[in-house]
Amino acid sequence: MRKYFGRKLFTYTLTFFIAATIDWLIPRFMPGDPVAGLMARQGALSPEGAAALSKYYNELFGLNRPLWEQFFGFWTALIQGDLGRSVFGHGRPVAETIMSALPYTLALLIPAILLSWWAGNTFGAMAARRKWLDSAVLPVGYILTATPYMWLGLVLAFVLAFLLRIFPLSGGYGFNLEPSLTWAFFVDLVAHWILPFLSLFLVGFGGWAIGMRNMIIYELESDYSRYLEALGAPQSLVRKYAFRNAMLPQVTGLALQLGVIVAGSLVTEIVFSYPGIGLLLFNAIKSEDYFLLQGIFIFVIAGVLIANFLVDIAYVIVDPRTRVGMRGGTA
Amino acid sequence: MSLQVSDLRVYYRSLAGDVQALDGATFSIADKEIMGLAGESGCGKSTLGNSLIRLDGRMKYVAGSVTLDGNKLPIWDQKGMNEFRFRDVSVIPQYAMSAMNPTRKIGKMTGELLESRGESYQDIKPELLRRLDLVGLSQDVLNRYPIELSGGMKQRMVMVISTLLNPSLLIADEITSALDVSTQRAVAETLVSFRDHGFVKSMMVITHDLSILYQTADSILVMYAGKLAEKAPTATIIDKPRHPYTKMLISSLPEVGIRYANKKLAGIPGSPPALLNPPAGCRFRARCPLAFEKCVEEPPFVQIAPDHSVACWKVPGSNA
Amino acid sequence: MTGLANTEPKLESPVGAPAAVATVAASRKGRGEFLYFALRSKKFLFAMGILLVLIAIAVLGPMIDGTDPVATDLLPMQPPSTDPGYWLGTTSFGEDVFAQFANGLRATFFVGLLGGGLAALIGMAVGFTAGYRGGWTDEILNMLTNVVLVIPSLAVLIVISSYLKARGVLFEAVFIGATSWPWAARAIRAQTFSLRSRDFIDLAKLSGRKGWRIIVEEIAPNMSSYLFMTFILLFGGAILIAASLDFIGLGPTGGMSLGLMMFNAVTYGAALLLGYWWWFIPPGLGIMATVGALYVMNVGLDEIFNPKLRDI
Repeated sequence: MRKYFGRKLFTYTLTFFIAATIDWLIPRFMPGDPVAGLMARQGALSPEGAAALSKYYNELFGLNRPLWEQFFGFWTALIQGDLGRSVFGHGRPVAETIMSALPYTLALLIPAILLSWWAGNTFGAMAARRKWLDSAVLPVGYILTATPYMWLGLVLAFVLAFLLRIFPLSGGYGFNLEPSLTWAFFVDLVAHWILPFLSLFLVGFGGWAIGMRNMIIYELESDYSRYLEALGAPQSLVRKYAFRNAMLPQVTGLALQLGVIVAGSLVTEIVFSYPGIGLLLFNAIKSEDYFLLQGIFIFVIAGVLIANFLVDIAYVIVDPRTRVGMRGGTA
Repeated sequence: MSLQVSDLRVYYRSLAGDVQALDGATFSIADKEIMGLAGESGCGKSTLGNSLIRLDGRMKYVAGSVTLDGNKLPIWDQKGMNEFRFRDVSVIPQYAMSAMNPTRKIGKMTGELLESRGESYQDIKPELLRRLDLVGLSQDVLNRYPIELSGGMKQRMVMVISTLLNPSLLIADEITSALDVSTQRAVAETLVSFRDHGFVKSMMVITHDLSILYQTADSILVMYAGKLAEKAPTATIIDKPRHPYTKMLISSLPEVGIRYANKKLAGIPGSPPALLNPPAGCRFRARCPLAFEKCVEEPPFVQIAPDHSVACWKVPGSNA
Repeated sequence: MTGLANTEPKLESPVGAPAAVATVAASRKGRGEFLYFALRSKKFLFAMGILLVLIAIAVLGPMIDGTDPVATDLLPMQPPSTDPGYWLGTTSFGEDVFAQFANGLRATFFVGLLGGGLAALIGMAVGFTAGYRGGWTDEILNMLTNVVLVIPSLAVLIVISSYLKARGVLFEAVFIGATSWPWAARAIRAQTFSLRSRDFIDLAKLSGRKGWRIIVEEIAPNMSSYLFMTFILLFGGAILIAASLDFIGLGPTGGMSLGLMMFNAVTYGAALLLGYWWWFIPPGLGIMATVGALYVMNVGLDEIFNPKLRDI
């Protein structure tokens, strides 16, 4: 088990190192000069002013220092939590800007991931049991899992917010409210949260339901199921075993899907102008705020890696074989 | 008579039509008898074995009856058969290596299986431990997961589980094919000892490996292309086979007692007919050196001597 | 998008399949057998039908219609009508939504084919090499796969794209292909592993053939159906990633795509606030229909190739 976690931690550390290095490399080795790009947005400047500004940006990025020094400095700053300052955030530190958006994203992601996983698995397992439910869950599941997150968001927003006016169309809370610990604010917060949550939940639900349904059918065809049936075990026992074993690849699947779900939350936030990391990213791109962009990248990578590790721990809990010294899981 | 099967027909459903995998089997197995069931792969021997305990999704009961200890088995009825499974008919499946739930400790799985059949694990446990001892497994295996056992250990564990309720009939389906030669011998000996200890009353050992039957079986039933070809005591089948197919099968063995590993009987030219729309008459006639006009009619499976039945027009006594 | 991991095709070992059925299947080998079962698979036919309609729109639409998708010479903000040029209505800027849809669908298929195809090639190269060679090669490739697997590909694409001022559909497809191969590599590696120890591979090794020739001539043909299904899933996945990238505003510059239509509708057209549903509904529907049809086709193919899953 120590070997299992040791291996995982090594992979994640390596991944983080590689991802952060890519993050550092891209602005330095992309065609075109990021400083020139920033300068272009400043509009007309006198030659002296342009030179001064160029010097300022170069120093800010550290581009005038040797590459190894830049790389070392990048890591030193990163470990200290310094991700630079955000242009979009009017000079606020990037880390701070991201931290203020993070709760919104987590409030969307965590319930959406856990609930869609739970509901999808439950429905998928039920579908594999009943023919009539199966013929409903299967097409609906395939439609949902093939739906782009942002489009489902647009459709939900159009029908439930624009046409029926049940929910607010956009934002994290009403324009007329200030964040506070009041009941009214909380209700408003939930009302704004429901539609983006629902978009993420539904797409995930479809995928998990289909995955579980297919896994259960596969497990019911497996040798241990056939053996139990040959020895006259009741369907309840066969089903119980099949369900438990079908859960294992679903847990591994959760780790595999994290990146996709996070990507889904980014675009969903954009649809609803929901003030999380995704909207921040969108604004960073629009305003060419590279520090912010790269900071978000680091945050997303770190978040996905941490979530992966949590899934690994969960896997050890649900698969008893990993606890008897066998190397379980696939990652 | 422990088991009596008469005119049993079980087909496989396929998109193209019914595959006549088992087409009219009539035979019996006596108390204490270990009957070997031999033939090439695809001849219907596994279909016969499976149909006595559990038809899988694509198998279709067509006709015939199966009587075990005087009770007619409702083999077409998945639920109705449950009462007989494990207690009266049991199986050591082909896939014994993967027959146990990989995520349950073996003891726990056995307990849950027994309790689900209304048996008390606590009452049976002393006997279970005694039998583990008998097959050379330590009691500790009950606390382990299947993945922690070697292939041979898994095989023995499944043998113990399958026979725990002392069934009347045990079907052992190709149980040696995944094992190495020395383990095969041990497994064969264990099968015989199970009968001698009275854990099972009678047994049907399905295999394509005649040498295993030579060691274990009292009698051998040879099948060809979904039909019975010949049944006789082991010595008779080995020394004085009458059906031309049996003769070729025996002569294609390099030496009795040596494992015959090849699945296709390379010694016999040609291949069995497709069973989707099998030709009328004797199904072996296309490969049979003795075939003559009469073979376009189906030869009956008739007794030519006590305990010896053959389906061939060329065998004296069959020309009724 | 989720659940992809579990819709992965499963290649089952023929061990345990009833021999009698196997004989029947074997008697109708190769292409003939495929066609025989394909024409009887409702899922396959249904998915194929949808895909053919979409391909027809993508290929013939711009040819027959001929309208420039970004020309702004029509009446703006028109809902769909039967008038020529207004089948799917117009955008706030007077662009033809149908022309955009047909051209966008082209880009979607292009990105899917190229991105999915490239991902399949990389996945095959990594998966075959790791699975066939084993040992250290496997360890290193496996580590590489796991690293790329956990990095969200969209995040990398966003950072890279944001630094590029001009982006083409080709660029987008290549980058999607280069980042979305890991699960395929992992699946192919596992299959190769199980094939590696079969008799016919040993035979090929004994005859002294080179490793890559054994992979190309013996291993790949033996899992061709599996590889094809993997490609189909990568195809669908590439389309979804491209749609997200386009929707963030990092799609191809100067072209048209379904994701870009949604981006324009939401960001510049305020279509959601104004209720111009005809602007953002068709592109998403097009993506959903394409990807959904691909997924259903994958299930159909699984049943066609795998006798165990066939409905009797």
